[in-house]
Amino acid sequence: MTESPIVVPNFFFGRFNLEAIPYHEPILVMTFIGVAIGGAAVLGALTYFRLWGYLWREWFTSVDHKKIGIMYMVLGLIMFLRGFADAIMMRLQQALAFGGSEGYLPAHHYDQVFSAHGVIMIFFAAMPFVTGLMNYVVPLQIGARDVSFPFLNNFSFWMTVSGAALVMTSLFVGEFAQTGWLAYPPLSGIAYSPYVGVDYYIWALQIAGVGTTLSGINLICTIVKMRAPGMDMMKMPVFTWTSLCTNVLIVASFPILTATLALLTADRYIGTNFFTNDLGGNPMMYVNLIWIWGHPEVYILILPAFGIFSEVTSTFSGKKLFGYTSMVYATVVITILSYLVWLHHFFTMGSGASVNSFFGITTMIISIPTGAKMFNWLFTMYRGRIRFELPMMYTVAFMLIFVIGGMTGVMLAVPPADFVLHNSLFLIAHFHNVIIGGVVFGVFAGIAFWWPKAFGFKLDPFWGKMSFWFWVVGFFFAFMPLYVLGLMGVTRRLRVFDDPSLHIWFIIAAFGAVLIACGIGSFIIQIAVSILRRDKLRDTTGDPWNARTLEWATSSPPPDYNFAFTPVVHDADAWWDMKQRGYVRPLSGFKPIHMPKNSGTGPILAGISFVLGFALIWYIWWLAAVSFVALLAVAIHHTFNYNRDFDIPAEDVVRTEEERTRLLAAQVNA
Amino acid sequence: MSTTVTATSEAPVFYEVDEHPHPEGHSTALGFWIYLMSDCLIFAILFATFGVLGGNYAAGPGPRDLFDLNLVALNTTMLLLSSITYGFAMLAMDKERVKATQVWLVITAVFGLAFLSIELYEFHHMIHEGAGPQRSAFLSAFFTLVGTHGLHVTFGIIWLVTLLVQVQKRGLITANKRRLMCLSMFWHFLDVVWIGVFTFVYLLGMLR
Repeated sequence: MTESPIVVPNFFFGRFNLEAIPYHEPILVMTFIGVAIGGAAVLGALTYFRLWGYLWREWFTSVDHKKIGIMYMVLGLIMFLRGFADAIMMRLQQALAFGGSEGYLPAHHYDQVFSAHGVIMIFFAAMPFVTGLMNYVVPLQIGARDVSFPFLNNFSFWMTVSGAALVMTSLFVGEFAQTGWLAYPPLSGIAYSPYVGVDYYIWALQIAGVGTTLSGINLICTIVKMRAPGMDMMKMPVFTWTSLCTNVLIVASFPILTATLALLTADRYIGTNFFTNDLGGNPMMYVNLIWIWGHPEVYILILPAFGIFSEVTSTFSGKKLFGYTSMVYATVVITILSYLVWLHHFFTMGSGASVNSFFGITTMIISIPTGAKMFNWLFTMYRGRIRFELPMMYTVAFMLIFVIGGMTGVMLAVPPADFVLHNSLFLIAHFHNVIIGGVVFGVFAGIAFWWPKAFGFKLDPFWGKMSFWFWVVGFFFAFMPLYVLGLMGVTRRLRVFDDPSLHIWFIIAAFGAVLIACGIGSFIIQIAVSILRRDKLRDTTGDPWNARTLEWATSSPPPDYNFAFTPVVHDADAWWDMKQRGYVRPLSGFKPIHMPKNSGTGPILAGISFVLGFALIWYIWWLAAVSFVALLAVAIHHTFNYNRDFDIPAEDVVRTEEERTRLLAAQVNA
Repeated sequence: MSTTVTATSEAPVFYEVDEHPHPEGHSTALGFWIYLMSDCLIFAILFATFGVLGGNYAAGPGPRDLFDLNLVALNTTMLLLSSITYGFAMLAMDKERVKATQVWLVITAVFGLAFLSIELYEFHHMIHEGAGPQRSAFLSAFFTLVGTHGLHVTFGIIWLVTLLVQVQKRGLITANKRRLMCLSMFWHFLDVVWIGVFTFVYLLGMLR
């Protein structure tokens, strides 16, 4: 199949027919066979070991923020692997397609690969990673037992899964968008993209977007309403602060994406003229709107990473964070400024010198609070007793790489320079520079830092360091050549090349991608090895890093209720303060603890949403109507359940806490 | 914090011994407000789109050819009255009068349905005249903005009926009062949005 079939819809199957299955594309068939065998193996194993009931009861229906956080991380990792597979396919194509060769990917397929790569990495890898970390850590850091709306949290997660599942379905049923990750019209309009690709894009993002927005509301309420007594705003841990700002950004930007995609949907489904070329439509309206969401989105990803680096730096330097107040204000200033820069993504629109100057200057101003943060981390390390554990190594690498990315960002913020560099590989190098150096390294630092909290044992350091060095070196090999190519004028998303002098740079970049693949492989080996050697890596103290914030005050993994007694906070580094001033762990007086009940409604609603999305994509109107009514019915039925909480009996709390007492005593005696 | 265990007398208090769990629904008002503001952003985008594209008639009909201000005034009255009657329902709820609350809710729903019917009539009329959402960017923006508001009212009515049943089954318990409060905010919010639609789309449209 070299191009999309045009199908006359019928009643039962809409425009779905057997032509939609890409059985004539060997790459996809092989992938499908691989996925089918792997999937069958996993499903078979789950059935053989009778794990379905366990998974459903203990995980899928769980409203525990810790379990939901871990499920987000699993989703993020799976989708990260898919997104990386797309990346390495592109690198290979570009390294091959020289000297008259067409490479191995036809245009129809290659265009889907680069679109899927961007969509998956941002929406279904990076977003679940940061949401997962925030979900896991924030309630613990503020001394709470769960989030404000535990059921909503479960529902949000499953909606994200539903969106991710739609994107994955597009691989084997139909096609994905061939428009780039933001699907600019008029290319993404019905006239130029008549088949299902853009519809997969739209409905996957709309369904996942519901989850993201609700999870943002949930975490804001949690941070505002559920902090432990004594923790006023300026005593919140920095990660909690950056999470608060991130969730404010989510709530204040995702509705814009929702509305923008809804307008594109209306253009495609109803035939309206918002972004068309005729009858008064204006495609640049879409580009403006999508970037009013899109620019805050990159700060949604990077702010939690900044928070992670702050926690890591002060923990592994054994010092209070330098300039806590300025760190908080810098975060808030970045939050606000992130709404005033969107036009720098398209200076070439032709909005004139005054408008471009305004947005160029606001963009450059963002580097000031970011620079302040950088110096705060440096001064935290200055004269600290630095322990170069894996999270700290990622932090140092981040500081080096992110500053390079920041400087190329300021270059792109200069409108005359941007006219030359716009949509070139220089831009691609820039944003991978800040996203890999910032977000990805932040997530890896966070995983290495909080893994022992979540599972009770540390990650294996050797394979962690292997992964680290492969990633850092691989990053430079993969993306520095793109800066060079961009300066030479090579634009993004090209499939074949004529000029042989460019070839060497693409080969270097492909080599870098192979190194990164080794880094990802080492990361997975690290997890496997750590699980196998968990008894050797075990931590029974709950505080393996001699850390500073409240999540380390409880056991690892924490009990369902997080804290047997609600902590009282006197300092931003609450746990450090407790350790310094003679905190004694309470051993008696436990009471029953009120907790929310599990619910299966979240996964059910998300499953119906998936069917609804699929029906809308394929124009199967009867199925869309049925699933929409089902969605409403299940949601309304859920509201008739008023009995959503229960008490953990005091005996259970006593038993759990006695077990911890025994472990702590064993630790002292050993 | 009267009874607190500490290691020594001068050591500070590090945990609460007396549990006071967060009451059920402690974050709901805040959470619902934030949700409304996010919804408000959706309308903001639709208003902005109407602002940018609202003059692009593409040689088709404009507001003066299409809008009937008498009809819009009637429609606005229906929605404003429904807000007042919702207010009466809340007053009755505060006085714990189940029947009166339900009656006012039913009246609110009737006004809401009247609003929707008039809107649908207006839409039908315009489409019949060849001024459907496909005709021009102005009409795309008009139908989407006004239609999104109408969809919200529709869901508000579905929600209202659900709450009627729940009040019937369980009376005015705390959870139901909280839900009625949320729907109240939602309903008044739609009123505020309609004031914007009425002003910027219809009145200013006629001046255009």
